[in-house]
Amino acid sequence: MIYFDYNASTPVRPEVVEAMRECLTDVSANPSSLHRGGQRARAAVERAREQVAALLYARPDDVVFTSGGTEGDHAGLIGAAWALESQGRRIAFAAIEHHAVHGAAEVLARSGFEIEHLPVLADGWVPPAALDVLPADTTVIAVMLANNETGVLQPVAEIARRAHGRGLRVLCDAVQAAGKIPVDFEVLGVDYLVVSGHKFGGSKGAGALILRPGAPFEPLFRGSGHERGRRGGTENVPGIVGLGLAAELAAREQRAEAVRLLALRERFERGLRMVVPDLVVHGARAPRLPNTVNVSFPGARSDHLLMALDARGIESSAGAACASGAVEPSPVLAAMGVPRELAVCALRFSMGRNTTEAETDEVVAAVGETVRVVRAASAGGGA
Amino acid sequence: MSERLRVLVAMSGGVDSGVAAALLAEQGHDVTGVTLKLWCHGDAPVASRACCTLEAIEQARAVARRLGFPHFVVDAEEAFRAHVLQPFLDDYAMGRTPYPCALCNQHLKFGDLFARMELLGADRLATGHYARLEPLADGTPALRRAADMAKDQSYALALTPRAALPKLLFPLGSLTKGEVREHGRRLGLALWDRPESQDLCFVPDGDYAGFIAQSPGGARGAAPGPFEDSEGRRLGTHRGIIHYTVGQRRGLGLAAAEPLYVLALDAARNAVVVGPRAALLAPGLVTARVHWLTDVPPVDGTRVVVKIRYNHGGVDATLHPRVDGACETRFEQPQAAVTPGQLAVFYDDDRVLGGAAIEHALPARAADAPGSAAGVARAAGAAPAPVTR
Repeated sequence: MIYFDYNASTPVRPEVVEAMRECLTDVSANPSSLHRGGQRARAAVERAREQVAALLYARPDDVVFTSGGTEGDHAGLIGAAWALESQGRRIAFAAIEHHAVHGAAEVLARSGFEIEHLPVLADGWVPPAALDVLPADTTVIAVMLANNETGVLQPVAEIARRAHGRGLRVLCDAVQAAGKIPVDFEVLGVDYLVVSGHKFGGSKGAGALILRPGAPFEPLFRGSGHERGRRGGTENVPGIVGLGLAAELAAREQRAEAVRLLALRERFERGLRMVVPDLVVHGARAPRLPNTVNVSFPGARSDHLLMALDARGIESSAGAACASGAVEPSPVLAAMGVPRELAVCALRFSMGRNTTEAETDEVVAAVGETVRVVRAASAGGGA
Repeated sequence: MSERLRVLVAMSGGVDSGVAAALLAEQGHDVTGVTLKLWCHGDAPVASRACCTLEAIEQARAVARRLGFPHFVVDAEEAFRAHVLQPFLDDYAMGRTPYPCALCNQHLKFGDLFARMELLGADRLATGHYARLEPLADGTPALRRAADMAKDQSYALALTPRAALPKLLFPLGSLTKGEVREHGRRLGLALWDRPESQDLCFVPDGDYAGFIAQSPGGARGAAPGPFEDSEGRRLGTHRGIIHYTVGQRRGLGLAAAEPLYVLALDAARNAVVVGPRAALLAPGLVTARVHWLTDVPPVDGTRVVVKIRYNHGGVDATLHPRVDGACETRFEQPQAAVTPGQLAVFYDDDRVLGGAAIEHALPARAADAPGSAAGVARAAGAAPAPVTR
């Protein structure tokens, strides 16, 4: 199989597997225990905190370990909105935000918070000027750093500057960006930053929420003083150790890797255009992650393409899945104004550390063949 | 196993298609399961039925997981609406009683999905239908009744495109329901083996009229109108023709000396014609253009067995094909409740020769009048409601 779905998850790096194995074998104590075993576990967690902080240009004290992106988005958005409740009960974000942000907003809406939707331009990004017209009782906005489906990078620093200019706090879901491109907590200037380990070579179930010192925050999980009172629950020590090492490796390699992936992506897109000249790359004119290509092949529906590519040994991804598991047109593309008939023909290819030039060429050839077959079947068969 | 085939299996989520897929996988074939999503389930609560629900899709997935083959859900909403649902609604509005399962097999499974085989480079398309595909001596593909006559579903397959036959597999065709159930138990699918519904998968509660009323254009056929006898005398007021089907006795709300049955639905006049049981009997029928599964259409006078609805036992008949492709069919014994919209399916012994929607019954003539008690007795037990598969 050729894996072109790195935005969904990445293979755990062998060094990380080894570190986690050692941790599972040797570090069994609770990091909160005061004995020597506990101290060893605590040391492992704190080392990881430094590694994660270094990747994101943050201070170790600002790092709160979570179970991943969904928890990070919930803890950050809800924690901020609760803490700012006396100033207003309104939050804002765009339709292109990850499901986890929409989910956290649903939790807030249950207790009467209002939700404001920010606009999205055709190129896939949120215009910073949109913040100026938000109602006065808005307290927190969420904006992702890189969109998970299109890879389009959002003008987060500019949005944060404008937001702070009018007293808004900013949560940034950097789950797709962290480990792929440099993410600088200081430069971005946001108040809450969310990352997840399994998107850059760590294991599933470990992530982090970065809190700016002094940013209003109320913890979601309470009842014990873990993470300095910011997230209750015994730490997932092996997961955190893996997250830390993955962060350290990414920090070391990500610049060179981004350059390599960008060249691969350009080769891939060039190749695709040769075999399917009428394709449409979504967000093509915006700055994007170096590893992500979201592309529609008009007349070839994504559920058919996905199945046909799978049969040819290629794993990719399409839009969103509905309750039944059927592929549905992506709300992200809809927000960008992509017509439905084009949106139902979109696939997301995402590359990563193990992707090679040879694989890229192989996928190009397979996509060309698959699009031809799917189009023929759609023209010939019913419907 | 003679050769390893790449097989696409249409999985409804029921025990039959689950066992069919599992048996093929166990035989070493390279199986991919596909469940067609026929309409948007939204957040609808999971029904207790075995077919076409979210739960059913999950069950299809579970079989695939257990046997270790891939499974996909393919959106077929548009094709379902165009080829099955809309004709179903139109038929009811025209006073017919459609049989959508045949259209679903024809256009969705053996049309849309069949066309997708090439996507997977599949050699065969399999389903969990009870029917057999055994070629004639000269190799001509032939669709046949299942070994288990009680489960036979060949009626529902009569509209299958002929070109598809050589590429289809019906792994359950030679098994009895008991054997399939046994396989289900062995495979851990026993819990799914719940009583089968006799209703359509998209109207799980069996309330067709309610379903139609809620559909686009649902007002058609819903207006009250006259109950009439064969002479056009008004006997009462009906609730809208979509509430009735030929042969129906219950729920008419008409007082009469002898029980009254629906004889015909006249959509143009919005009238429901009723009469005594004997008036339900017809000496034959005329079909729409017949879909033949034979190399050449049968000649005039060919003797066949015809089934006029899913649960019909079949009756000897003689075919009189017309130049327009329709077929006049004369029964050996008059049949009750010949229902426009249902299929007439023609058999030569166990082989399906072809099928078509029934356009209308042949009028009873003096010479054909049943007269004998035997004719009436034979016609008893008509059950005109649509039946699944």
